[in-house]
Amino acid sequence: MLKSIGATERWLFVVIALICLYLSIATDTFLTLVNLFDILNYSSVNIIFAAGLLVVLIAGGIDISFAVAASVVQYLVAITLAEWGGGNWAIGISLAILFGAALGSINAALIYHFRIISIVVTIATFNLFFGLLMFFTGGVSIYDLPSWLSRRVILFEYETAIGWAEITLPVLAMVFVVFATWLLLRRLSIGRQLFAMGDNPEGARRLGIRIGAMHYLAYGWLGACAGIAGLMQAHYAREIVPNALYGRELEVLAAVVLGGARLGGGRGTLLGAVLGLVLISITQNGLNLLGVSPYAFRMIVGAVILVAISLSSETIAGLKERLRDRRAGAEAAR
Amino acid sequence: MKQVVSALLGRPGSQKRAGGSGVGEALSLIGVLLVLVLLLEGLTGRFVSQATFTSIAFQLPELGLLTLAMLIPIISGGLNLAITFSANIAGLVFAWVLQWGGGPAAGPEIFVLGVLAALLTGALIGGSMGLVIAYTGAHPILVSLAMMIFLRGLGEFLTRGGDVSGFPPYVVQLGQGSVLGIPIPLLIFILCVAIWAVVLRRTRLGFSTYMLGSNIEATRYSGVDTRRMVTLIYTLSGVMCAVAGIVMLTRFNSVRIGHGESYLLITVLACFLGRVDPFGGFGRVLPVVIALVILQVIGSGLNLLGTNQHLATALWGGILILVMVLRYVWGELALGSFLRAGRTPAPATKGPNQ
Repeated sequence: MLKSIGATERWLFVVIALICLYLSIATDTFLTLVNLFDILNYSSVNIIFAAGLLVVLIAGGIDISFAVAASVVQYLVAITLAEWGGGNWAIGISLAILFGAALGSINAALIYHFRIISIVVTIATFNLFFGLLMFFTGGVSIYDLPSWLSRRVILFEYETAIGWAEITLPVLAMVFVVFATWLLLRRLSIGRQLFAMGDNPEGARRLGIRIGAMHYLAYGWLGACAGIAGLMQAHYAREIVPNALYGRELEVLAAVVLGGARLGGGRGTLLGAVLGLVLISITQNGLNLLGVSPYAFRMIVGAVILVAISLSSETIAGLKERLRDRRAGAEAAR
Repeated sequence: MKQVVSALLGRPGSQKRAGGSGVGEALSLIGVLLVLVLLLEGLTGRFVSQATFTSIAFQLPELGLLTLAMLIPIISGGLNLAITFSANIAGLVFAWVLQWGGGPAAGPEIFVLGVLAALLTGALIGGSMGLVIAYTGAHPILVSLAMMIFLRGLGEFLTRGGDVSGFPPYVVQLGQGSVLGIPIPLLIFILCVAIWAVVLRRTRLGFSTYMLGSNIEATRYSGVDTRRMVTLIYTLSGVMCAVAGIVMLTRFNSVRIGHGESYLLITVLACFLGRVDPFGGFGRVLPVVIALVILQVIGSGLNLLGTNQHLATALWGGILILVMVLRYVWGELALGSFLRAGRTPAPATKGPNQ
């Protein structure tokens, strides 16, 4: 069992365990069911984003427009539903997936057909989506959501001494999206083709993999995930705010890469991505419980990521190799 | 006209084939600029005025200095997403030194000390980023992203999201004053452009930067200490951010974390419009500067036309996409006319990835 888990994931497990241990000793609220379920509910949206982003990273691209795209989807869905007079979960989720995949396809089209580097395309679409969203909405939030969307759906509840511990709908959506992404990446041949393209695009092309279709698949998948995440965030917050998800993309990207996905493609695991996000969520939660100023959150999260990159297993492996080389060189000289 | 279009749209790698020299390239971009100015004058009727040129001359340096900070990492095949917040943090250090030295009563020696402290801060930020990139092999996008998150958090933590002000009166005179009719920030910018041009064209570091961008492994095998060079490149980028931070402080007479955040996209846009290769290895300073002027003219034009700020953000994104798409289409057309011997154009070897 342990052997099937990569070095990065094992390392993340250890760090998360240490942080949890420290927090359970330092605070008496961390290790309660209410708090743990809160973390789970809160991070569900980010994990949905992370699953989608992982697919794009594996395919050798990068995307920073997805969080803003999720905000656009929120508005499009809300407006469309208002037009149709209500709707329900099935229609809402279908619309979210549809709009999200369409926005993702815009990125895919620009990257594939016009050979533009993916970071540049998504920086541009990030600004395009956000600018247009703010322009057309005038920065106005939507508070009167359809009742099915704003009513809390509790899947599991349990009464404890300090309140109700609840698991809500976003968690189910998260489980579903993670499972679907696992199926795509690990059990379907098109998923393996994504890995191949990320590792060596020219080789994949010569093998007969349809690079264009793979681009639409990867960015469309991320778009669809972003759509679902957007809907879940609107459900969780019970309102739609145009800049609520602004800035989320960096956090998620950093977490996914922390989990061992390689910028440049061809490598990454779902477990790693989820663990990366869990690490960041628990850090934030812990800082909150410890009474650290919210202004310091980002700083500490940024520092954690920087240190993690510097100390990643790859770096340590590289250092070991260099040490060995040097020792071998010294012996040869002797 | 054909040369004008090709200067704007031609692929950076195809410079030699299109027969455009550095000077011809610059002249063509200036042609684009003139066309644009005439267009805006026609649209607004009051574009060509003293007020417009003064505002451009004062706004250009901030954006320009940040673009210079972005330019060297891009040529070396990387990216520095932390530029705006590096500038903010350097400005913050400058502000603290001024306040420590007596606030409004601080003398010139405190000012000089502050400038040095700010430059040192920029160098430290850039240098640490460079060290991580060089020695861990982590992707520059990732490292600079993490640094950006860290610096933003640090700045917000230290300032609690507020303004820092209370400087001696001569500070704002420096930022908003002129020498012989030329705004002082513009003079600083011109000086920095000259330094960058010399560094890139005449020094070993500049040569190595281009080589790193073309092929880092080949550069290493040809005896260049690539790790040292990468560290130096990001250190220089950080120093240039600090200069931008100092100029911002003197112009606004205050420091605020997040100021100039929206410049990030425009600096990338300016580099690519100035025919810097997104994959690294190609790019010159002068075309980038002219591209900057073009973008600033567009910005002022949008402002005069009374465009909403968010619509302007969307337009910047749209313009970036348009430039890249047209450049691709133009490149394919040019390639097609070269290879008319019945063969289909060769697929791009680098592909759409990374």
